[in-house]
Amino acid sequence: MSYCRQEGKDRIIFVTKEDHETPSNAELIAEDPDDPYEEHGLILPNGDINWNCPCLGGMASGPCGSQFKEAFSCFHYSKEEVKGSECIENFRDMQECMQRYPELYPQEEDNESSSQAESSSPSVPANTTKGSGLPETDSTSTTSTPKSDVSIDSTSPTENETAS
Amino acid sequence: MLKCRSVWNKLAPLTKVSSNVCRHNGRRTGLTNFRIPPCAPAAHMSTGPRGGGRENQLYAALVGAVTITVGILSYRHLKEDARRYQDRIDEIESRTSKGIVKQESAPIQSEPPDVEAIETEVVPEPEPSAEPTAEPQLEPPAEPEPETPSAPSDAEATPPSDTTETPSAAAEAVVESAPEEVAEAPAAPAVEEGDLTKLPPSDLIEPSPAPIVDSGADTVPAPHKVPSHTPYLLIGGGTASFAAARSIRARDPGAKVLIVTEETDLPYMRPPLSKELWFSDDPSVTETLRFKQWNGKERSIYFQPASFYISPEDLDSAENGGVAVLTDKKVVHMDVRGNKVKLDDDTEISYGKCLIATGGVPRNLQVIDRAGEEVTSRTTLFRKIDDFRSLDKVSRNVKSITIIGGGFMGSELACALGRRTNESDLEVIQMFPEKGNMGKVLPEYLSNWTTEKVKKEGVKVVSEALVKSVTFKDDKLQIQLKDGRLVKTDHIVAAVGLEPNVDLAKSAGMEVDSDFGGYRVNAELQARSNIWVAGDAACFYDIRLGRRRVEHHDHAVVSGRLAGENMTGANKPYWHQSMFWSDLGPDVGYEAIGIVDSSLPTVGVFAKATSKDTPKAATEKSGTGIRSESETEDTATSPVASSSSSTPTVEQHKDDYGKGVIFYLRDKVVVGIILWNVFNRMPIARKIIKDGEEHADLNEVAKLFNIHED
Repeated sequence: MSYCRQEGKDRIIFVTKEDHETPSNAELIAEDPDDPYEEHGLILPNGDINWNCPCLGGMASGPCGSQFKEAFSCFHYSKEEVKGSECIENFRDMQECMQRYPELYPQEEDNESSSQAESSSPSVPANTTKGSGLPETDSTSTTSTPKSDVSIDSTSPTENETAS
Repeated sequence: MLKCRSVWNKLAPLTKVSSNVCRHNGRRTGLTNFRIPPCAPAAHMSTGPRGGGRENQLYAALVGAVTITVGILSYRHLKEDARRYQDRIDEIESRTSKGIVKQESAPIQSEPPDVEAIETEVVPEPEPSAEPTAEPQLEPPAEPEPETPSAPSDAEATPPSDTTETPSAAAEAVVESAPEEVAEAPAAPAVEEGDLTKLPPSDLIEPSPAPIVDSGADTVPAPHKVPSHTPYLLIGGGTASFAAARSIRARDPGAKVLIVTEETDLPYMRPPLSKELWFSDDPSVTETLRFKQWNGKERSIYFQPASFYISPEDLDSAENGGVAVLTDKKVVHMDVRGNKVKLDDDTEISYGKCLIATGGVPRNLQVIDRAGEEVTSRTTLFRKIDDFRSLDKVSRNVKSITIIGGGFMGSELACALGRRTNESDLEVIQMFPEKGNMGKVLPEYLSNWTTEKVKKEGVKVVSEALVKSVTFKDDKLQIQLKDGRLVKTDHIVAAVGLEPNVDLAKSAGMEVDSDFGGYRVNAELQARSNIWVAGDAACFYDIRLGRRRVEHHDHAVVSGRLAGENMTGANKPYWHQSMFWSDLGPDVGYEAIGIVDSSLPTVGVFAKATSKDTPKAATEKSGTGIRSESETEDTATSPVASSSSSTPTVEQHKDDYGKGVIFYLRDKVVVGIILWNVFNRMPIARKIIKDGEEHADLNEVAKLFNIHED
C-alpha cells in the first residue's frame, strides 16, 4: 500500500507495484512531426538524410566523410530492385578510404554495407564502425527500427556525441 | 621609445629645413635659408648669374648634408634594431613561459614611430632629388622611399656609398613591406610566417639584418605553420568544441575546421577522469587513459585518435576539408570587426565563423590561495588529464587526502578514492558546508541517504564544515574549521566550482552575464554576428526553462552540436534538453534533466530497488559503456514493451529510497526530474519537461516511468 509523507517543502510518496498498475491519466501533448525545433532521427521529414544524426557518429564527419555520404546517399535514393546495387563503386571508394585509417575504422571481415543493404536499416553506417572511437558500435546489437516514426524514443539521439 | 622621440626631434628641424628648401626650389629665388650667413646671399645675388651657381651649390650641399644625416641615422637605427632583435631572440630562448605579449607590445609601439620618422624625413627628399637623379625607381608602385638612397649616390659620389648600402636594402624592405604595411590595419601588422613568430611586427627592418634573422630562426623552435584564415574557428578544444566540429563537418561538406586549444591534449571527455578511470585495474591507466566500460568494452577518453585530425598546415589544401587541432596555443585577443583573433605567439588567424568554447577554470578557496606555497603545492584543482595523473600519483604516496566540496566532482572523487582505501591505508575525508552530499541538488532526505552511502564507500564525511584557514605544520596540512574542528591531512583536492573563462569578453566586446557568469548568448547560442558560444562558458536562454548556464557533459555535447548547426545556417534554438548523470559507487546512480535545485519544492515517488536497479546493471543491459549513450541505444529496448521480468514486491523498509522519480517544481510546473536508480527512461522525462504543463497529480505522471519494471 502506498503512503505519502511531507518533509518541509518536499513530498515523498512510496508506491507499490499494484498502485502503478492502472494506466496513467497524465496528459502529454501530442508530438508535432513537423516541429522545426525538434531533433530528428536519421531521416528528416522531407526524406533527406540527417547527416548530423548522432546515430551516425563520426561517419559523415571523419576523413572518409565525403565517401561515406556519397555511398549512403546513393543507397538511400536507390530505386533498384536490389537496393543499392548500383552503388557498389561508391561503397568500394568508401572502403578504400576506410582502409587507410584502420585506427578509426577497424576492419570487419564482412562487407558491412551490402549485408545491411537488405535490411535497409538506419544502423547501416553504425555497423561499419565497430571499435574504440565510436559509441554506436554498440548499437549493432540493438538494431533499431526506422526512426521516422513519431515516438518519444526516437527523438533523443544526442548522447552518442559523448564518445565520439 | 625615448630614443625614437629624440631622433624624431632631431629630424624635425631638418624636415623643416628641407621643406623650406622645397618650397623655394621652384622659384629658384635667393636662399632665405637661415643656415647661410645673411650677408652672403645678398652680396651674391646682385653679382652672380640668375639662379647663380653659388646658390645651386649651396643648395646641393644642403641637400647632400641632409641626406647624409638621414643615411647615417637610418644606418644606426637599423643596426640598433638588429641588436635589439637579437636581444629579443636571446631573451625568448631563455624564457620559460609565454606571456610576452606585454613586452612585445611596447616595442610594437616604438616601431611605428620609427617608421614614420624615416618616412617623413624621406618624403620631402624626392622633390629636390628628382632633378639630379635619373635613377629608375626601385619599384613602380612604391612610395618615393627608394629615391632617398639613390639621391645620395648621385649627389655625393663616394662617402655615403657604404652607408647607402644598408639604407637601400632597407628601402627595398620598406618598399616590399610598405604596401603590406599600408594594407594592414594600423593596429598590428600580421606576422604570417610560422617560423618567425617572435619577430617584432614591424617588418620593415627584417630583410636587412637577414643573416641575423636566419640564425635567430634556427634557434627558435619552429612551431606549426598556422593557416592565416579558416572558415570555421573553434576556440577551445573540449567536448563542446569537438561536438561542434563534428556537426559542422556533417552539414557542410568539405568544411575546414580549426580548433585552437590551450591544452596539450586532443579533445577528450572529462567524466571518466573522476569516475571510470579510477576503477580501472590497469596499472598503466594514467598513460593509456583507457577505461573499461561496464559492458566490458574498452575505450579511450579521447573522442577520436590522432589519425582523425589533419594537421593545421594541411588544412588549407585539404581537398575534402577536415578538422585540425592547434594545441598549446591560447587566443588572447579577438577583433570582432576584423573577424580575426590573435594568439599568444602573435599569430593572427582570420575566420569566417567562430565558436567560443573555452570552458572554465576550477575555483579555489580564498584561504588556500592565500595560504602560501607549502599549502598550494599540496592542493589539487581537478579538471584536466594532468590533474588526474598527478592525483593518482599522490593517492599512492600519501596517507590522507581531503576533498573540499560536496557536489558532483567532490563526491565522485571521494567515492573513487574511497575505493582505494580497501587496497591501501589511505584515509579519504570529504568536507563541505552543506548537511549532506549533493546538498544543493538533492532534497534533504535524499541527500542524507546519499551521504550514508558515501560513508559506506570508505569516506570520512565532515559535513557543515566551513574552512577558516589552512596551514602547513608538523609535516601535515592543518585545516581549521570555523566551528573549531581541526582536520589534519596530507593533500587537499578543492572541488568548489568552476569559474567560466570569459577572457575574450573585453577584446571582443561581448557581454558577460552577472548572475550566472559566462558569455551571454541568445537562444540560438549566438553572442554576436559570426560568434557563437557553447558548453560551460555559455549563459544561454533556454526557451522552456529560462536563462541558465549548465556545466554538464551532455550539455556541452548538445550545445556544441547546436552551435555547429547554427554556424552552418540552421538557426535553431536550444530546445533538446540535455541531461546529466552521476554514480556514487556501484549502488547509487541517477540521471537527471532540467533544473535540479534542492531549493525548489519536490515530489518524490519511490519503489524498492532490486539487484537489477543499479548503474552497473543499467549499462550492462543496454550494452553501452557511458550513461548518456545508453539513452540513444535505447531505441530498440522500449521501456514500456520489455517488461518481461516482474520484480517481486518484497516488503520494503520505508525509508529505503531504492529507486524512484523525483520531480522538481517551479510554480507547479515540472522543471526538473531525477531518475533515481531508474534508467533508460530519459525520453519520457524530457517530454514532460518539454510540455511544461501543470499536472495535478504527479503520481499519475510517475506512472509513466514504470519504476517497478526494469
